[in-house]
Amino acid sequence: MADNYDDDISLTDYTLGQDQLEKIENILTKDLVDSGVHSVLLIDMAGNIIAKGDSGRYEHDLYSLAALASANFAAVDTMAKIVGEDEFSLLFHKGENESIHFSKVHSEFLLITIFGKEISLGLLRLKVAEAIEKIKSVWSL
Amino acid sequence: MAFVNLKNKEVQAKVVFYGPGRGGKTTNLEYIYNKFRDRIKSDMVSIKTHGDRTLFFDFLPFDIGKIMGYDVKIQLYTVPGQVKYNATRRLVLKGVDGMVFVADSMVEQREKNLLSLKNLQENLTIYKKSIFKIPLVLQYNKRDLEKQGIPVMPLDMMEKDLNSQLKVPYFEASALAGDNVINTLKKIISLTMASLQNVLK
Repeated sequence: MADNYDDDISLTDYTLGQDQLEKIENILTKDLVDSGVHSVLLIDMAGNIIAKGDSGRYEHDLYSLAALASANFAAVDTMAKIVGEDEFSLLFHKGENESIHFSKVHSEFLLITIFGKEISLGLLRLKVAEAIEKIKSVWSL
Repeated sequence: MAFVNLKNKEVQAKVVFYGPGRGGKTTNLEYIYNKFRDRIKSDMVSIKTHGDRTLFFDFLPFDIGKIMGYDVKIQLYTVPGQVKYNATRRLVLKGVDGMVFVADSMVEQREKNLLSLKNLQENLTIYKKSIFKIPLVLQYNKRDLEKQGIPVMPLDMMEKDLNSQLKVPYFEASALAGDNVINTLKKIISLTMASLQNVLK
């Protein structure tokens, strides 16, 4: 039965070199933080933080946020399957001062952006979509 | 599915506490959180019902310092133990690197321990992981109840029930009093790190 198991690969089967991580963090900073996003996180579905960027003005507990975001995304994804959808394409929580937007980069990765009133949801979605394309090209996913 | 960040020299690994409902998984994390509060920068996150039962998971990020030049961050999670929450339990297991199975020593919980362990095996299979290969530690919790006259299972009975095939390290513990909670944690961290070692070289 052992053939079906891949326990020997204990690490994620994606590897990112220092250069790639730097490029990704650059994209997060230039495309999103410089456009007015407060914090941005690239996480995997297990809740690990892969890269992050923020304006330095906000102190969020990003590790807890990543754990909750991956769980939340997984829960919503499972709900979608139950009602017969492949996925729900827009995942967004609106707050009075801070809002959170989730975007799937790849089956294993999520981009989480936290933003305020300075930037509209439409512009944010546009910027996020651009950033995701750039990240994919760094990664060649 | 630990994540190694070569740029910041950081490792993030996920350890999940599993076991039957009301077995003491959350209590383990609470003890760890209180004991190491000065070293844990963030708060413990708990998603629970109004009745204080775990609904989704508890989460505690724990910096254990440097190993082989990497800053190691262990993310501790619990699952909801109640049978009806299997869908969320599965989600928490995603990307798990190490497991602690918290068994309830009370005689009346014998069957629930067995069912929960079997459920763990099934749920790991979904992620193509084998219970026989993943770093795993058994914790026989609530040993302190014996002093209060509540019947607990003898150790050899629990070993036979739960560990006769797995043959993994085990601890007799009291999560409430803190007995062997830290030893359980140290053991699972060392097993998990050993399994990651090849990659960190």
